Amino acid sequence: MEMVNIKIEGHPYQVEKGLTILEAAQRCGYTIPTLCHFNHGECSRGSCRVCLVEATGARGLVASCVYPISEGMEITISSPKAVSARRTSVELLLSNHSKNCQQCAKNGQCELLHVAKITGARDDMYEGVKTPTTLDKLTPSIIRDTSKCILCGRCVERCKKVQGTGILGFENRGFKTIVGPAYNRSMAESPCILCGQCVNVCPTGALMEKSEIDLVDKARKEGKFIVVQTAPAVRAALGEEFGMKIGTSVTGKMVAALKRLGFNRVYDTNFGADLTIMEEATELLNRIKNGGQLPMITSCSPGWVNYAEYFYGDLLDHLSSCKSPHEMMGAIVKSYFAEKNGLDPKDIFVVSIMPCTAKKYEKERPENANKDGLKDVDAVLTTRELAKLIKRSGIDFVRLPDEEFDQDLLGEYTGAGVIFGVTGGVMEAALRTAYHALTGKEHDLIKFEEVRGFEGVKEASIDMGGTVVKVAVAHGMKNAKPLLDDIRAGKSPYTFIEIMGCPGGCINGGGQPFVKPCFLPNEDPDILDTYREKRAKVLYSEDEKQVVRQSHNNKQIQALYNDYLGEPNGHKAHELLHTSYKARERFPK
Amino acid sequence: MAKLSSTAVKRVDEIIAEYKDEPTPLMMILSAIQKEFGYIPFEVQEIISEKLGIPVADIYGVVTFYSFFSLKPKGKYVIGVCLGTACYVKGAQQVCDKFSEILGIKPGETTADGLFTIDALRCIGACGIAPAVSINGKVYPKMSVSQVQAVIDEYRALGGAN
Repeated sequence: MEMVNIKIEGHPYQVEKGLTILEAAQRCGYTIPTLCHFNHGECSRGSCRVCLVEATGARGLVASCVYPISEGMEITISSPKAVSARRTSVELLLSNHSKNCQQCAKNGQCELLHVAKITGARDDMYEGVKTPTTLDKLTPSIIRDTSKCILCGRCVERCKKVQGTGILGFENRGFKTIVGPAYNRSMAESPCILCGQCVNVCPTGALMEKSEIDLVDKARKEGKFIVVQTAPAVRAALGEEFGMKIGTSVTGKMVAALKRLGFNRVYDTNFGADLTIMEEATELLNRIKNGGQLPMITSCSPGWVNYAEYFYGDLLDHLSSCKSPHEMMGAIVKSYFAEKNGLDPKDIFVVSIMPCTAKKYEKERPENANKDGLKDVDAVLTTRELAKLIKRSGIDFVRLPDEEFDQDLLGEYTGAGVIFGVTGGVMEAALRTAYHALTGKEHDLIKFEEVRGFEGVKEASIDMGGTVVKVAVAHGMKNAKPLLDDIRAGKSPYTFIEIMGCPGGCINGGGQPFVKPCFLPNEDPDILDTYREKRAKVLYSEDEKQVVRQSHNNKQIQALYNDYLGEPNGHKAHELLHTSYKARERFPK
Repeated sequence: MAKLSSTAVKRVDEIIAEYKDEPTPLMMILSAIQKEFGYIPFEVQEIISEKLGIPVADIYGVVTFYSFFSLKPKGKYVIGVCLGTACYVKGAQQVCDKFSEILGIKPGETTADGLFTIDALRCIGACGIAPAVSINGKVYPKMSVSQVQAVIDEYRALGGAN
């Protein structure tokens, strides 16, 4: 590796050739403030001007996030000229910003306020005209408020480069520039899949989830019987909101907190995941046996389902008809559970704690309701919203004891359910059960290593007692696209495909705690490269700790089928646990 | 939004096919569309997106960045009044205002009969003949306020005929 000699603040350093000043400074132990630079140059437009420094050989100050180092370069971060310029840059950004900070959902996690503090930006230095703004609240998932947008482009890059969807873009020019879907349409009237990846990278409150905490408050006031369920990925990240290290499992504390928040039952969506596996594995085997549409594709991720409906409307019969786990759970709570407990389903309020923004939309789909129109799930809170609820209620999360999920009727879950939260997990869980159904035996290793990890597309051939099944796993829409194009062209070699909307799966969902190095002083500098693995590890180790690790061995699932549902994919199961999809117009006129 | 006719869609396909193998086809396609249709309809942006694999948001971004592109249909005769520095000091603003006064529209607008659009342009590189006006490619040098009526009459006489 070729090295170059540079000086920062008069100190000599040797660093790799080809780095930008910002990257080089980071490696040498300096932190230059920045807003538009994110995640190893995933976004780096040099547009925010917050990272200005002095460098020899350059004319004037340079944006360190885009300026490359060269041999002998002397860099000064602390000079009065650079300090003052950085402060001015932030003051100019603030002058075109709606400063209702105390109401802002990003309060406490706003990077603009962070750099304002670091640079010492003064209030109202440049008062004047502001760019005309748009407030888009039309989707159930995401709010876009351009009055808080600083045009850094991080959401644009995430949407286009990482997700491959490209819904957001810059429009107009100069002072009138805004970021939004084409024609500044609402995200509800554009092919936005509502995955929330843009929310995760937005440095300010310009993109946020639509909070449903008030729905839960209302249900409590009305005296509803509230059943709360938590998705597997939530336990792998919730602790981060309370200053715990990334990768800390907080299952027990999360349950303890929920039990102190006035919910009547606290269940794990893992039960719903086990139920999904029973239905999905049966559906897969039936499709194989009866010459049904193959490959079959998983349908747990509502972001992916949205993508399919917008961009691959001709392939919808490849999607499993299974509802997603939390919807199945909701449907069972309002039928089986209600019946067993003598409750009127109308008096039950189901809250799902999800790592996801698209789930908020999913619960509003008319297909996810019973025949009287009663919704399976009434409110979806993201992991971040749950943290807000806990903080608001005066609960000292870190000091909570570990407690257990409620165990009656829907309380048991297996390791297969837990790993649903990470890319490859649904596939692995389904294979465990499908293998058993085909061979009558449990798979020796239990683990199906090939489908684990964070490679964009993973594939495996599994010998199911003589029948070899080819499977593939993709996460993030950009990775899914080639698999889908192959199906469309009639040359897909796979029998079963798992697709999750977010890169890494639900552990990196659009509703998960923000991973922003500037707010994580105790994490390693490479945390953006490692956080997904750290969160995934929480789920895989919880799987390993479970005595029962296959969905079909869940005793309460077996009881549910024996007492109520009958057979997997049977009549009753179809009515409660299955759904349908329809192609959607991308830009409805 | 009016639906594109099948002949228009065919023409769009032809234009895309002509340029799609260029290293940066988008600007060329948009320019050709602008020339052909007088504006860049939303449906056309969707078709280009589909064919080139460029998100509609990106295409829309380019269309709204360059003032040369228009999102609304322009008139049959587009009156480009140069307001660049040289033309401006030679009285281009007054010429522009006179066009506005007679046609009853502001720069960027189109007359109700679809005949005229006024475009206020930045320097068109004809400073030697300032103030310059360009109508559908024909350049009128050293325009004065008193000539405006005659120029409009000239095109009115041509009317909507092709």
